[in-house]
Amino acid sequence: MPANRFNAFTDYGIGLGLRVPHYAHILEKKPTCDWFEIISENFMVDGGRPLKVLDQILEQYRVVQHGVSMYFGSADKPDRAHLQKLKALVKRTKTPWLSDHLCWGSVDGRFTHDLLPMPYTFSAAKRTAEKIRYVRDCLEVPICVENVSSYAEFHVSEMTEWEFLSEVVERADCGILLDVNNIYVSAQNHGSDPYDFLNGVPHERVGQIHVAGHTKFEQYILDTHDHPVLDPVWKLYAHAIRRCGVTATLLEWDDKIPSFDEVHDEALKANEFLGGAREAGGPSGRAAVRTARKAVPTSSK
Amino acid sequence: MRPTNPKPPRRRAPKRLRTDADLRALQRLMAHALFQPLTSDDNLAPRFRDGRSMAEVAAGFIKPNDRLTSFERLQIYARCYWYRLIDCVYDDSPGLRALLGEKKFAALVRAYLTKYPSRSFTLRNLCSRLPQFIREAPRWTAPRTALALAVARFEWAQTVAFDGEKRPGLAPDDLAGTPAAKLRVALQPYLTLLALDRPVDDYVIAVKQRDALRAEASHVVDHGPRVGSGKRVPLPRRRRTFIVVHRYNEKLYYKRVDAAAFKILVRLDAGRTLAQAVAAVGRGVKPERVRDWFATWMELGWFCRRK
Repeated sequence: MPANRFNAFTDYGIGLGLRVPHYAHILEKKPTCDWFEIISENFMVDGGRPLKVLDQILEQYRVVQHGVSMYFGSADKPDRAHLQKLKALVKRTKTPWLSDHLCWGSVDGRFTHDLLPMPYTFSAAKRTAEKIRYVRDCLEVPICVENVSSYAEFHVSEMTEWEFLSEVVERADCGILLDVNNIYVSAQNHGSDPYDFLNGVPHERVGQIHVAGHTKFEQYILDTHDHPVLDPVWKLYAHAIRRCGVTATLLEWDDKIPSFDEVHDEALKANEFLGGAREAGGPSGRAAVRTARKAVPTSSK
Repeated sequence: MRPTNPKPPRRRAPKRLRTDADLRALQRLMAHALFQPLTSDDNLAPRFRDGRSMAEVAAGFIKPNDRLTSFERLQIYARCYWYRLIDCVYDDSPGLRALLGEKKFAALVRAYLTKYPSRSFTLRNLCSRLPQFIREAPRWTAPRTALALAVARFEWAQTVAFDGEKRPGLAPDDLAGTPAAKLRVALQPYLTLLALDRPVDDYVIAVKQRDALRAEASHVVDHGPRVGSGKRVPLPRRRRTFIVVHRYNEKLYYKRVDAAAFKILVRLDAGRTLAQAVAAVGRGVKPERVRDWFATWMELGWFCRRK
């Protein structure tokens, strides 16, 4: 299961988000890193330093594109000019798959620049899946959709978030970018069991996993990506690996960003769980599940 | 995304989502709530745009939970929206912020984003209409509106120069054979010509240097007196200044040029022939000087073919 058609049958290991404070270190020191995830929008520009840096990175590293503005769940139609820019970037990076979020964020051409939660209804799932298919056909690259952190739920919802995610990906026949931190954050905010989510999604469609840190407030948790990954999230990650097998994993650290080495060390903690699953036979999901279960720490790092 | 006219949201959220129109109605309702400015305490506005209580509107489409009301849950998103966009304008406008001071700058940004919400998929374009807004609504920057406008134009020009389009440059061979009376060239899209009443380039550089020193000082474990803390950068004195904001080897530059040189560049940019552009400066400038300017501009790669 590590390599499936949703990640173009790759086995990418552990990656990091490519962030500006690390550019100099990466370009000068060329540290070992399995792959970098780029935010597509940061490089959907017409020229200048961003593209120069990207080209230098591409000479040395594998890159996967992750977007924040496709808004698969928005009622607005996909924008052709936006897709053309994205496709040009896909050709440049040769990303084996492309991910964006299961959310909406714009309406009537006005952008919130946020990842807003979907109403979990069948009609919204149908509409969202159509949009994903359209985008995939335009870009000609496998698509994985990511579950978002949420702080609100809609009265009109007809199902749980994981049922909605499953409905969408089955209808679109696309992959999942499983964000275990988002699962945890949303479960805490809505009083649900994160393991129900993890157990409820089609594991064979998971092409990538995200881990990240979050911030606890008195009455809710915010997905801030400005901390190391917390214990409960590593435990969820361990469970996800048991369920999905070895899966390309990426640590997101977007604010209060420490040194490259510190971020990389944090990401490499995932090896504790991936290693067991890999030893169990790599792609064989069930074997991976059995072995990885032993690797679950009593106190996750 | 092509801009469309903002439509007013339905008065009530749809009770069931059956159609795309229902989905749009729900999203429009929530977006309109987020786009409303926060209160002075950074809370969600107590009233929706149509005068109804925001709590009532929120309760119509968002579930409460055991810790938060519908209003409070919507408020989390409203704060995220405003903080994210305000942060972005802050980062892109250090000079304008220094000029106006934090309080006045914050008020300007909120008024700007209320009038001109983002119409681009990327936050890179968020400040594109800030100069226009300063011109349209001078009360937010008075009594320094003219200077604020100059700084805002200069700071937006930096964004354009940073990652704007670069077309293949013209080489001397490309120009050979075409008489000056027929030759028309374009300026690179990433390049901005600014005729300003004050040298705002010096001002913004000084602000950035001061802020860099502050940031450096804040990383020191044993805090002594903060370097540059609270130090105001003197405002630039009135002096007609001509600046070309451009990039070279992917680095940003601000090049001062003579009034006559600027005039030529403006005319070339407007589509005049080389002969017309040069003729505009009259006989006050020696031909060899004009040749030197062109040699420098060609070297910097400023010219490209007209589309």
